[in-house]
Amino acid sequence: MARSIEVHPDTDIPVLRIEPSRGWISLRLRDLWTYRELLYFLVWRDVKVRYKQTLIGAAWAVLQPLLTMIMFTVIFGHLSKIPSEGLPYPLFSYSALLAWTYFSAAMNRSGNSLLGDAHLIERIYFPRLIIPLCGVVAPLVDFFFGLLALVGMMFWYGIMPTWSILTLPLFLLLALLTALAVGLWLSPLNVRYRDIGYAIPFLVQIWMYASPVVYPVTLVPERWRLLYSLNPMVGIIEGFRWALLGKEITAIGMIGVSTITVLMLLWGGATFFKRMERTFADVV
Amino acid sequence: MSDIAIRVDNLSKEYKIGTAKYRHDSLQDHLAEWARSLFVRNSPRLPKSADRVAPSASRPSPKGYIWALKDVSFEVKQGEVVGIIGRNGAGKSTLLKILSRITEPTGGFVEMRGRVGSLLEVGTGFHRDLTGRENIYLNGAILGMKKVEIDRKFDEIVDFAEIAKFLDTPVKRYSSGMYVRLAFAVAAHLEPDILIVDEVLAVGDAAFQQKCLGKLQNVAKEGRTVLFVSHSLAVVEHICRKGLVLQGGTLAFDGTSKEATDYYLRGLSVGRQPSTSSTIDLRNATGRPKACRPLLKRLELFGDEGALADGALKIGAYFKACIHIELDKPTASLDAGLGFDNLLGQRVFTTHTLFQPDWKREERVGEQMFVCEVPSLTLVPGEYKIKVALDIDGVEVDYVEDAARLTIVESNYYGTGKVPWNGVFVLQQRWQLK
Repeated sequence: MARSIEVHPDTDIPVLRIEPSRGWISLRLRDLWTYRELLYFLVWRDVKVRYKQTLIGAAWAVLQPLLTMIMFTVIFGHLSKIPSEGLPYPLFSYSALLAWTYFSAAMNRSGNSLLGDAHLIERIYFPRLIIPLCGVVAPLVDFFFGLLALVGMMFWYGIMPTWSILTLPLFLLLALLTALAVGLWLSPLNVRYRDIGYAIPFLVQIWMYASPVVYPVTLVPERWRLLYSLNPMVGIIEGFRWALLGKEITAIGMIGVSTITVLMLLWGGATFFKRMERTFADVV
Repeated sequence: MSDIAIRVDNLSKEYKIGTAKYRHDSLQDHLAEWARSLFVRNSPRLPKSADRVAPSASRPSPKGYIWALKDVSFEVKQGEVVGIIGRNGAGKSTLLKILSRITEPTGGFVEMRGRVGSLLEVGTGFHRDLTGRENIYLNGAILGMKKVEIDRKFDEIVDFAEIAKFLDTPVKRYSSGMYVRLAFAVAAHLEPDILIVDEVLAVGDAAFQQKCLGKLQNVAKEGRTVLFVSHSLAVVEHICRKGLVLQGGTLAFDGTSKEATDYYLRGLSVGRQPSTSSTIDLRNATGRPKACRPLLKRLELFGDEGALADGALKIGAYFKACIHIELDKPTASLDAGLGFDNLLGQRVFTTHTLFQPDWKREERVGEQMFVCEVPSLTLVPGEYKIKVALDIDGVEVDYVEDAARLTIVESNYYGTGKVPWNGVFVLQQRWQLK
């Protein structure tokens, strides 16, 4: 919607103009900044509500990746004997699961976010981008609990973090942006076609096997690696393993390719979202 | 003009008919439609704006689209309280949704000067599992308040809502009254320059409604601009200075709130053709419920100069009504009554044979006539609907709502040349200064 808030030169009174929007419009990131407190409160709501009626609360954040890790260690580490690049398999898979659990939760939440907050969209104005954004920020809380468990595991296995751990926030940000990009594409589609809601869990499942969660990148034949790293999660998970465990980096190029893919996906998603945004209230 | 707070210019909104149909449907249908549109040129997309000049009721919109709002233009001055009335589907909600930026117009524009706050419902975004305290912050933020602002007004909000004891209880354990009070309290402490309100007063008990109304009036007194949509004409007349009537998506009337409600009511009674002649045939009256036995036959109205030809009477004048009935079987217990309602639907005066101490009951059959005399009918000027009712054995066997219209016109009732401009009736009175 083409709305502009301008401050009248003489009086200081903001003037709001509402009119039909035409063509492709800007993302209005400034508008988003004005509403940053709303983002904070929505994230705060999601986190609070999530733990309010659970028995073990935040322990879920650790249990989920931990139990998955144990399962993977038994099936893939011991039974299938998948190589883990010299690392203990539990650490190898948990470091990836840390990134993956966050990413899948964030993608799932932001993909369903607009429907979840449909009543808000019908009743009040705020930059709609806040909703999928809230979906990717809220699971960060779980991520930090999961990270604490990893620190404990590293201690147990006697692996000390190196200076490379300082780059972890960068890879986390990349994971957040990937989830946001997917959310920006999926959530408006989900408003229109409820099919998307059914497709998301399936997408999460397939995507996981297309990412190096249970197996190392080195298992992928060399000539397919470039194509493989078009999946942003390849670079992100590799980055996580490198940052946390100091594992030798396989290919810095893969991380580069992943980053470029994410940025393109994000730009497209934001534009798409803005364009679809106009009709949300009419369709929801 | 710097004192104009809201300027709405040729605002239009077109909806695709059957949007509702597409609400929860699947991708499959849309893919099929999209595929079809590839082959059909000029598929039903919106026409170019150049073709869209002056859409009106007489010019049907392209197939499959409907104008929820057509070329609506008006201006609201700063500090004005404006009521918007209209039937369901007249476009009130669409207008509010555009003004509060929830949906975007198809044509025209709106310009608003100042911070805009909109309240299309109270308690938007309340979460059942969160406590009262938490919901105040969440709801405040959703309504557009800053955290420091909420901190500052927190105690005031809690006081207004009268929930201090339950501040740390999840709102799902609140009674519905407490819930609504809290929700309104947060909303009431929003301090925009322009406030857009939709029917939110239709909540809570009477005492709380009164409190809300008072709050809304205060907002107006503070010089803020209020745009208010309501079904309650009395409230619109009471708190709004200006009134807008929407009809079928167009602006039908723009004037004072009193004029607007009158206009709206006249529109409602179109097709009913209230009789203004002195003799009203009740046999086929439209205001009679189907379940009634049609025993009421005729109603005649008289003033002090004989039959009421134009249905008009001066304040405090003599009034007489004759109710003709026909009894199909003999009956001893017979009562009749007349009720006067103003156009807001409020009963202002009831007269009944029951109220008469020396009313005699004797067996009657066939055609009968009740005569009711009121020595001085002291209602204030305005239009009134007369309900006529017949009771047999204490049961209301027949009645006709809005059987006749009576217009009370100004007169020199007090002998001072002055008449009251508000209230319901006039009474003889005596003042002294001691």
